Amino acid sequence: MRLLRSAIAVSSLLALGLTACSTSTPTTTPMDSASPMDSASPMDSASPMDSASPMESTSGEPMGEVTKGDGTKTIYLVSKGFQHRFWQAVKEGAQQAGTEFNYKVEFVGPDNEQQVTQQLDMLKTALNSKPAAIGFAALDSGAASPVLDQIKAANIPIIAFDSGVDSDIPLTTVQTDNRAAAAEAAKHMAELVGDKGTVGLVCHDQTSQTGIQRCEGFQEWMKENAPDVKVLDPQYAGEVGLAANTAKAMIQANPDMVGIYGTNEAAAIGALQGVTESGKKLTLVGFDSGKAQLDAIGSGVEAGAITQSPVKMGYETVKAAIMAVDGQELPKIIDSGFAWYDKTNMEDPDIKSNLYE
Amino acid sequence: MSNTLKPDHDTSVVPHDVEMGSEAQEGRAGSVASSPSGLSRFVRSSLQQVFVFAALIAVYVFFLVVAPNFGSPNVLTDILLQSSTIGVLALGATFVIATGGIDLSVGTGMTLCAVMAGIFLGADYMNLPMGLGLLLTLLVGAFIGLINGFNIAILGLPPFIATLAMMMIARGLALIISKAQSIKIANPDYIALSNGRILPFVSNAALIFVLLTIVAAVMLSKTILGRYSLAIGSNEEATRLSGINVKFWLILVYVTAGIFMAMGAVLYSARFGFVQPAEGLGFELQVIAAVVIGGTSLAGGRANIIGTLVGALLMNTLNTGLQMMGLAQQWQLVVVGVVVLIAVFADNVRRSRAAAV
Repeated sequence: MRLLRSAIAVSSLLALGLTACSTSTPTTTPMDSASPMDSASPMDSASPMDSASPMESTSGEPMGEVTKGDGTKTIYLVSKGFQHRFWQAVKEGAQQAGTEFNYKVEFVGPDNEQQVTQQLDMLKTALNSKPAAIGFAALDSGAASPVLDQIKAANIPIIAFDSGVDSDIPLTTVQTDNRAAAAEAAKHMAELVGDKGTVGLVCHDQTSQTGIQRCEGFQEWMKENAPDVKVLDPQYAGEVGLAANTAKAMIQANPDMVGIYGTNEAAAIGALQGVTESGKKLTLVGFDSGKAQLDAIGSGVEAGAITQSPVKMGYETVKAAIMAVDGQELPKIIDSGFAWYDKTNMEDPDIKSNLYE
Repeated sequence: MSNTLKPDHDTSVVPHDVEMGSEAQEGRAGSVASSPSGLSRFVRSSLQQVFVFAALIAVYVFFLVVAPNFGSPNVLTDILLQSSTIGVLALGATFVIATGGIDLSVGTGMTLCAVMAGIFLGADYMNLPMGLGLLLTLLVGAFIGLINGFNIAILGLPPFIATLAMMMIARGLALIISKAQSIKIANPDYIALSNGRILPFVSNAALIFVLLTIVAAVMLSKTILGRYSLAIGSNEEATRLSGINVKFWLILVYVTAGIFMAMGAVLYSARFGFVQPAEGLGFELQVIAAVVIGGTSLAGGRANIIGTLVGALLMNTLNTGLQMMGLAQQWQLVVVGVVVLIAVFADNVRRSRAAAV
C-alpha cells in the first residue's frame, strides 16, 4: 500500500501536463478545431477555380505594408495546444514572421483541448506580461469573454486564429477556408475520375463548422462544375473504424462507385481501409495528413489530400497582429490557405512543412 | 481494508499539542498529553511551516527578478484567483489524505458538481434562486463523498480503486447531463462569488479560499473530525480498538471532502460563468501535488492545512512565472515535476527523522 502511495505521489507529476495522453472525449481534434460556436460563417466560398494556386485563394488578405518592429515588442500567441504537430507548425510560422518583422514571439497552449481553464490562465498571464498584441485560438469562446474584455480594456489588440471567437473584440480571424478547400478536393476528384461516375462522401460530422463546410464545399463544386459526376448522399463517420464500415457499405451498395472523399484524417483513413477491404480500386481523396494517410499517398493507394497550412496560419496571425499594433485596418477574415498534395509534390518544402505524421 | 496496512513506525509517534494551522499529528487516538519532546517537535513543525513559506517567497522573488512585468499587482491578484479552485479542492483532499486515503474523483467530481450548479442556476435550465442552487450543489458534492465513503468504509474497497471508479462515473455523468455542451450561468450574484471584490485587489474567490483554509485548519486541529482523521491515518486498527467508530468517521471525512469539492466547483463555475463538462480530468493530480508540496504525508497520520494553501499557491506561481519568463513549455513541465519530487523527498526525509526520534 505504501508503494502504491509513493506511486501516486510520483504520478502527481502527471498533473503537470502529461494528462493529454489520457483523454478521449467527444470534442474535436486539433486539425478540425473550428468549434461549433463559430456563429459567424463568413466564408464566401471564393471559387478556387479562379485562382491558379489555392494557397493564394483568400476571403481577404490584409492590404498595406507591414512596418518592422524594433525588436522590443512581443506578440503573444495563446493556442489550443503545444504538443501536437499542427500547433508546432503554427508556432514555426509565427516565429518566421517574428524574425522577418523584428518582433519577439511567445507561443503557449494548454496540455490538451479540454483544458479551458488552463488556457484562460495562460491568456491572463499573457495579458499581464503586457505584449504589443495577442493572438488567441479559443477552446471555449464563451468562457473567454471576461478575459477578452480585460484585454480590450488594456488596449491590447487581439487577433483570433484557427477558429473564430464568439465576440466582436478580435480584430480579425485567421483561419482555413474549409469550403474553398473542399471545393479544391472536388476539383481534383473530378479530374482524377475523368469528370464522370459515382462518388461517395465520408464526412467526419454533421454539427461542427468544419464538418459541414468540408462536406458542402465538395458537393457544391461538383454540382456546379461536374454535372456528370453523381455525388451520393454524405455518410457521417468521425472514427476510423466507423468510417471503414461506412465506406465498405457504400461501395457494396453502389458497384459503380469510382471515387470516395474523406473530410478529415480519421474519415480518410477509414475510407482507405474500407476501399482496401472491399478489394476494389477507387480514387480516394482525403483531408489533413497523419502517418497512415501520408504512407497511402506516398504509395499511390490514396490519390491525394488537402492540407491546411498551419505554418501560414501562424505567420498570418503574427503579421495581422503587427498590422493591428500599427493601427492598420484588417479584413474580418484572413484565409490561412490550404493546398492539394499528392505523390508528386508531398516532398516540396512548402508542402512538407504543413504535413505531420 | 487498505487502511489497516500502516507503516509500523507511525505507531511510535508521540502525540503532542498543536497550534491551529501548524502541522497536525496524532499518535494514539484521543490522547493529547504533552510529552518531553513536545516542545522540540513543536519547534520543528513550525520550522517546516517556515520552510514551505520561505520556498514560496523565494520562488516569488526569483520571478520578480527574472520575469518581466511579474511585479505587477495584477499578477499577484491572478495567482490568488487562479489557485482558488485547486486550493479549495485540496483543502478537502487534505482530510482524506490525512486518513491515509486518496481521492481521485475530486477533479471530475468537481466538474459534475459544477454541471449540476449550471443545471440548478442556469437560465436555460432550472433557474432556481441562488441560495437554493448553492445548497443543492453542496448536497451533490456531499452525496458523491457519501458514496465514496460508503464504498471505502463499509464495502472495504481500497480508496484508490473506489475513487478511481467514481472519477469515471462523475466524468461520464457530467457529459451525459450536460449533453457535452458547456452550460452558462449568467446570474451576476453568482459570478460575483468569484470575480467580485469585497476587498481591494483580492477577488472574492481568493478571499473565500483563505477563509475556507482557516475553517479547515480549525477543523483539523480542534475538532473531533480532524483529530480522528489523523488517528485513523496513523493507525486505523489502534483507533478502532480504542472504541472509535472508524467507519462512521471515515465516511464523514469523505463527505467533508465532497462538500469542499462542491465549494471548489462553485468558485470554478462562478469564475467563468461557464461550465465545461469535459474539463476536470487531471485536476485530481494537481490537487494531490498541492497537498503533498504542503507537507501532508501520503502515508496518512500527518496533515498540514496551511501547507496545502501554500502548495496550491506555489504550483500556480510556478506556472505563471515560468510562462512569463518565456521558458519553453516542455521545460515548464520538467521544472514543476522536479518541484513535486523535491517536496515528496523532503517529506520522506522528515518522516524518517520523526521515526528516529
